[in-house]
Amino acid sequence: MQAIQLQWIDYTILIAYVAFVIGIGWTLARYMKTSSDFLTSARSIPTWVTGLAFISANLGALELVGMAASGAKYGISTAHFYWVGAIPAMVFLAVFMMPFYYGSKARSVPEYLKMRFDERVRALNSVAFAVMTIFASGISMNALAKLLHSLLGWDYNVALWVCSGVVLLYVLKGGLTSAIYTEVLQFFMIVLGFAPVVYLGLKDVGGWHSMTTSLQTVATNPAALYLKDAGTTYVPNAWTSAWQPVLAGSTHNPMGVDWFAMIFGLGFVLSFGYWCTNFLVVQRAMAAKNMTAARNTPLVAAVPKMFFPFLVIVPGMIAAALCTMPDKGYRIPPAIVSEAAYAKAVAAVKNVNAAMPAAAVTAVHDAVGKNIDSGKIASLIAANAKSKLTDEQIKQGIYNSIAENDYDGVILSLVKKYCPPGLLGLALTALLASFMSGMAGNVTAFNTVFTYDLYQAYFAKGKSDHHYFVTGKVITVIGILLSIGAAYFASMFNNCMDVIQLVFGFVNAPLFATFLLGMFWKRATGTGAVIGLFGGICSSAIFHALTTTPGNLDATGHIINIAKGGYIHVVQVFPSEMAQNFWLAAFAFIACFTFTAVISLATKSQKTDADLKGLVYSLTPKIVDNDIPVYQRPAVVGIVLLIVCVILNLIFW
Amino acid sequence: MGLDIRWPIGLMFTLIGALLAVFGFAKGAESVSLGININLIWGAVLLVFGVLMLLGAAKGGKTPPAA
Repeated sequence: MQAIQLQWIDYTILIAYVAFVIGIGWTLARYMKTSSDFLTSARSIPTWVTGLAFISANLGALELVGMAASGAKYGISTAHFYWVGAIPAMVFLAVFMMPFYYGSKARSVPEYLKMRFDERVRALNSVAFAVMTIFASGISMNALAKLLHSLLGWDYNVALWVCSGVVLLYVLKGGLTSAIYTEVLQFFMIVLGFAPVVYLGLKDVGGWHSMTTSLQTVATNPAALYLKDAGTTYVPNAWTSAWQPVLAGSTHNPMGVDWFAMIFGLGFVLSFGYWCTNFLVVQRAMAAKNMTAARNTPLVAAVPKMFFPFLVIVPGMIAAALCTMPDKGYRIPPAIVSEAAYAKAVAAVKNVNAAMPAAAVTAVHDAVGKNIDSGKIASLIAANAKSKLTDEQIKQGIYNSIAENDYDGVILSLVKKYCPPGLLGLALTALLASFMSGMAGNVTAFNTVFTYDLYQAYFAKGKSDHHYFVTGKVITVIGILLSIGAAYFASMFNNCMDVIQLVFGFVNAPLFATFLLGMFWKRATGTGAVIGLFGGICSSAIFHALTTTPGNLDATGHIINIAKGGYIHVVQVFPSEMAQNFWLAAFAFIACFTFTAVISLATKSQKTDADLKGLVYSLTPKIVDNDIPVYQRPAVVGIVLLIVCVILNLIFW
Repeated sequence: MGLDIRWPIGLMFTLIGALLAVFGFAKGAESVSLGININLIWGAVLLVFGVLMLLGAAKGGKTPPAA
């Protein structure tokens, strides 16, 4: 509950880290001579570096916080985001798509779309991407600044501006290279900073076996931890098996997802859409020094990615298991309640009218403003009546009775529980590192797309390279300022943010269909792609307007929050928002695919086969890998990775 | 680019590892979590990692950056 007190040793570690990342930017500054050096690293970086940066750019603070949260909420099934989602998509990117991205000499994903289709597709994609990166970065900055405020007592504004300032310093000095190099440093920082927390947590719950046994108790009565509504029950292995509960159907697993939505929606559409088309990650591979290095980048990244669930999801499972052990005195952090509200609630408990204890329970509920466990409050009141408790004890009792969880607080509650001074500094530095790597990733992708795909393409064609070099730097500053603005916006209009993220979902869901047809079907035309994308986006919006989840329906069957769908008419009710999302993605993909294919056949292609050489699979000479060692051939490495991935799925079947 | 990233990574973890280990050794009572001196142990792990990175960079044949 109280803010964590940092000691000098913690600050020293934090400052050492900040000094090193800024130092890297400064050292690289003297190599930054052209816009290409600054924005695309002039294609000069070794594979293992781009590989680790690839993964680190994606490993933002939200991922770290969110995966632990999902680990507590859903258990090992969360690993599907890695073992069904990320790994196959990364292998596909490496083996099939990288040759076109890298071989086309495009400087960005939108630029590839321009070469393959036409200017309209590029404009659509680059504007959507630029807006999205700014908001993504702002949302994550807002979350981090809030976390630092509630945990360390740092001022929200100071946390926001100082963290962004550090990112600005090193990105502005060393450009993309600096972002990539620091991402590698951050990768090691995140892994080495959180690994001891996972180790200590596992030790505390009594090892893996003991943790899974405890999670069976959680699965049979998730309401005891306020994870689900009272009365919900699952098979004992719902938190510890990745596949059996999903195959059993959407009502048998806490995610509320069935196998089709999982494999087609998440595994195919969403994951391939993200990993294969998002410039934020693809940019890292495009900075590699040659074609083989570019293709191997996602493969190098896939190795640690495959084992990340043990670092980011297991903490959430540990937290859920700990809650079942009364002697550990742990609970998943409750929904955040202000000190003033706690004081009011404590007063309500103390001033109870002995004749009417129920009134006091209501008073506590009103003071806290969250769902509370009335039984626990009643016994707290009784205990206080018997022998006077201290204010601190009453407050602790109220804290334990709040029947809503703040899942985002899970990872830091473990850090706080297990880390002595020193290690605490290391873990917090790791959290800041994840935040900075995510933000630098967004900013470096934004400045490249803005400079090359918007500014150079539509506002200032044919200027000197120095002009674009300076523009790139100015855009970097503007990008960071805009993200800070987006963070304030997110902190003020939380609901607007939900809507904005929803719209991004609509825009992103169909994207992979466009790329798939563009890269593998030479007949796909620009008009087909534009109409297909619009059609896909509209289809997902309509799909969303016609479906919802049980939690969004009141007793009379009316919609509570239009951001959660169903505002035209409720045709289908999905068991969970996750299921709704996965199905929406699947639907949008099919719609975009169909529209693009049909319109392409009905329109004439503006491009000749010669134009499309190097851009489309059937018109590009196959890459012959005979001159590189077997263990470096993307197809071979990719197959090995997929086999390991299947084995992981089977182990946690 | 002219910088081998293993130099800064190695230097940073050597520094932080040494710091953590010394802190764990000097202030044993404050460094214990679940009965083990985690600062000392993890500091040593980071130190070894940092030194390995530095050795890798040195073997890579590139000179450390002047700055």
